[in-house]
Amino acid sequence: MPTTSITLSETPLVGTVLRRADDALVLGHRLSEWCGHAPMLEEDIALANVALDLIGQARTLYAYAGEIEGSGHDEDALAFLRDSRQYRNLLLVEQPNGDFAETIVRQFLYAAFADPYWRAMTASTDPRLAEIAAKAEKESAYHLRHAAEWLIRLGDGTQESHHRAAGALEALWIYTGELFEVDAMERAVVETGAAVDPASLRATWDATVDAVLGEATLTRPAGLGVQTGGRSGRHTEHLGHLLAEMQSLPRTYPGATW
Amino acid sequence: MTEARMPLWEVFIRSRNGLSHKHVGSLHAADAEMALQAARDVYTRRGEGLSIWVVPSNAITASDPSEKEMLFEPTASKIYRHPTFYEIPDEVGHM
Repeated sequence: MPTTSITLSETPLVGTVLRRADDALVLGHRLSEWCGHAPMLEEDIALANVALDLIGQARTLYAYAGEIEGSGHDEDALAFLRDSRQYRNLLLVEQPNGDFAETIVRQFLYAAFADPYWRAMTASTDPRLAEIAAKAEKESAYHLRHAAEWLIRLGDGTQESHHRAAGALEALWIYTGELFEVDAMERAVVETGAAVDPASLRATWDATVDAVLGEATLTRPAGLGVQTGGRSGRHTEHLGHLLAEMQSLPRTYPGATW
Repeated sequence: MTEARMPLWEVFIRSRNGLSHKHVGSLHAADAEMALQAARDVYTRRGEGLSIWVVPSNAITASDPSEKEMLFEPTASKIYRHPTFYEIPDEVGHM
């Protein structure tokens, strides 16, 4: 196995699947960073559970992306042998954990999108994607519930927790517009019926966000955030550090097993 | 994390239809809904559960260990309460 980055022939379908796989892996890795550090034991396990769900989703998506890409790249090659410019994830999911409020707000904003996304994807004309969606949908439904219940309690909790949740919402809101971005490449896949148009989920996301923020006594920032670039490999400074840590072992000891 | 904000809850899991809920442990949570979620996350990670109950630990009234002689020893001599003297026909099968 080479330790240098691989090159891929990204057809629209490969690119679309990689975007979802990268979202799941990067967010899963971020959550795994809480392991042993969460504010309470119960939440330490809960965050690790969510991380494992997401990494599991990433694995099945990478395996499928590798198959349709057709150059023999397996899930490990796709996860560990691409650099940040080749990663296609949302900027939102690569943002650092920050404090617990930031992690919960990031999780909530993503889950409020991922849950209806996977539910809609169960009707994909691509049987493999429909199958992956059927599993991911049950997991993401719980992720949304978990994050929403926490956000309500942080927002409507103490002065300190409200202040932190409001700050996290302000800081992360700038990345929300990217959730609904559709470029020509993904549009081509949407037109085949294999993928769902992310923009079509906007009303569902809005309704979820408004309901939960309302209950949390948090004020929704105006409009949608405008910072984008992750889908085409233009990332914030944070992804490179995440990948360096995540990839260092397989790149240093190619094919290592234990 | 004060005990008042994050009280203790007892967790009961029913693993299969037809079985009863069994006490599996306890956890800290802010309220009943969060306790239920935490119970799911902490105690059903390996497919143990079909149903979860959470109960505030302070809602449980427990017997006093120092009274165990009074409460439990008198039954020790009443072996006739155990149905071990009956012949069970083979056709009945496992009981």
